Amino acid sequence: MTGFATLLRKELLEQWRTTRLPLVATVFLLVGLASPLLARFTPEILKAVGGDQFSIVLPTPTAADAYDQLAKNLGQFGAIIAVLLAMGSVATEKERGTAALILTKPAGRGAFLTAKLVAIATTLGISTAVAGAGAWFYTLVLFEAPPVGGFTAAMILQWLALVAYAAITFLGSTLTRSALAAAGLGVVAFIALGILGIIPAIGRYLPTGLGTPARALAIGQPGVDALGPTIATVLLVAGLLAVAWLAFRRQEL
Amino acid sequence: MTAAITTAAPSSMTGPAIEARGLTKRFGAILALDRLDVDVPRGSVFGLLGPNGAGKTTTIRILAGLARPTAGSASVAGVKVGLDQPELRRRLGYLDQDPRFYGWMKGRELLELVGRLYGLAGHDLRSRVAETLERTGLAGAAERRIGGYSGGMRQRLGIAQALLHRPELLFLDEPVSSLDPEGRRDLLELIAGLRGEATVVFSTHVLSDVERICDRVAILDRGRLVTEGPLEALLAAHARPIFRLVPLPGQDAPVASLVERLQAAPWTTDVSLAAGQIRVTVSDPDAAAAAVLPLVVAGGVVLESFERARPTLEDVFLELVGPAAAEDLDGRGFVRARAVPDR
Repeated sequence: MTGFATLLRKELLEQWRTTRLPLVATVFLLVGLASPLLARFTPEILKAVGGDQFSIVLPTPTAADAYDQLAKNLGQFGAIIAVLLAMGSVATEKERGTAALILTKPAGRGAFLTAKLVAIATTLGISTAVAGAGAWFYTLVLFEAPPVGGFTAAMILQWLALVAYAAITFLGSTLTRSALAAAGLGVVAFIALGILGIIPAIGRYLPTGLGTPARALAIGQPGVDALGPTIATVLLVAGLLAVAWLAFRRQEL
Repeated sequence: MTAAITTAAPSSMTGPAIEARGLTKRFGAILALDRLDVDVPRGSVFGLLGPNGAGKTTTIRILAGLARPTAGSASVAGVKVGLDQPELRRRLGYLDQDPRFYGWMKGRELLELVGRLYGLAGHDLRSRVAETLERTGLAGAAERRIGGYSGGMRQRLGIAQALLHRPELLFLDEPVSSLDPEGRRDLLELIAGLRGEATVVFSTHVLSDVERICDRVAILDRGRLVTEGPLEALLAAHARPIFRLVPLPGQDAPVASLVERLQAAPWTTDVSLAAGQIRVTVSDPDAAAAAVLPLVVAGGVVLESFERARPTLEDVFLELVGPAAAEDLDGRGFVRARAVPDR
């Protein structure tokens, strides 16, 4: 891992200077703030829109609905942003020639890749934390205070799932010279994981399987088993990084 | 044809800075490098000369650990070249022919990043960066974003990042291609000043640049090493005496007639008329010196200038690479690009 600390510093600075981090954090904050609002006011909005033409009977929204809205939004917008962040991370550097600039210096290719993935995970982590803080606050204002520990744990699991989508796209970005092809791989993987996630025996150990324990933690349900899907997702991310490294160390620049 | 020329290292050294044996690179059907055997002595400024597609960039990229040879092997500063070799890269500086940087970074930040990768820190890093910025004429632009740099400034920054850690080996691929005449002169002087301190491998298609600073030259053509050796030895061995005649304009018929007469003379090996200049390559310079001007007078041609030229690398290039090379040279001594890709 020669040069990892130096390259990570550069990657984090790049996330900031290219406004990726502020932009993604802002989008996530809006998602975090909007989710409890949507959960709280959707019945009233529908009622106002429908008027007396038709009547829909909706249950009174709760803090759990606010979390569900947040999880749905993060699972969609968040995943798309994870793919966008990772798609050009290696492919664009190879194509532009900046990878050659760095890798003619005493920096290991493993360090080069790991620094990039850690920086993407950091951006997603800060953004998920911001989204979680916003959602927690509005849930407190509009409903009731969610359990701080459980909600935090749920956000960590949501973040882990996003990192997994980013890692799949990151592998695509390493294998090709095209950011678009990498994004394609990320989107295909997103859909495939969604389909496989329906099968209970498999779904539990996929990034999509993190949703169930995350929800239980966020609303304070007891006896949540999040260890299996967490370990499986961490291993998946590590495995994807290892495959990326094995491929990258043989690539000409 | 594959040449295999090795040169003994100076006695005070332990061996050549670069050893390549049978280095071959294919890109599909294109043979970019054909069994290159070459030794580069330590401390020399080594010029790689040839048109685009000759294999210069491919050679440098393999030696810098960016590309893998299809066959053959090479070692640089005693380290076997390979793709993921931090130990190899610790010893070398590299400048791409089209250097690319992070546009969001400032010039100083890029050099600090590079310095840290080479293990520099604190005061050493700051002073080395300041010194290198000064040396490459970028001190005034150090706090500007690289995205706003001109092509020449990017080239200077490329040189700066390659020199920063004072490498024992420096690979420079077309290092002066984007520079203005002043920048070109400064950089060539800077490279020449490294002789003895570092081994410099310098690729170019500008013959005069090679003549100006290189002490050894290798000529590549279509992936093959045509020749390699000390510049003066190549000039002595291959360059033939040349006479250049520049007729006044508006004498097309007498000039064409004069060219025919010169071609018929027994002491000429080649006569060409291009850009209003008659170039006469001769096998017997004394006979030519006595006979050229009488032929001009007899043909009724009025000359603007007549010169017996010192043989140049251009002449060596034409002599060794053959008639095809004439088509690759433009009027300024630049070797034109060919359609074959260099990578």
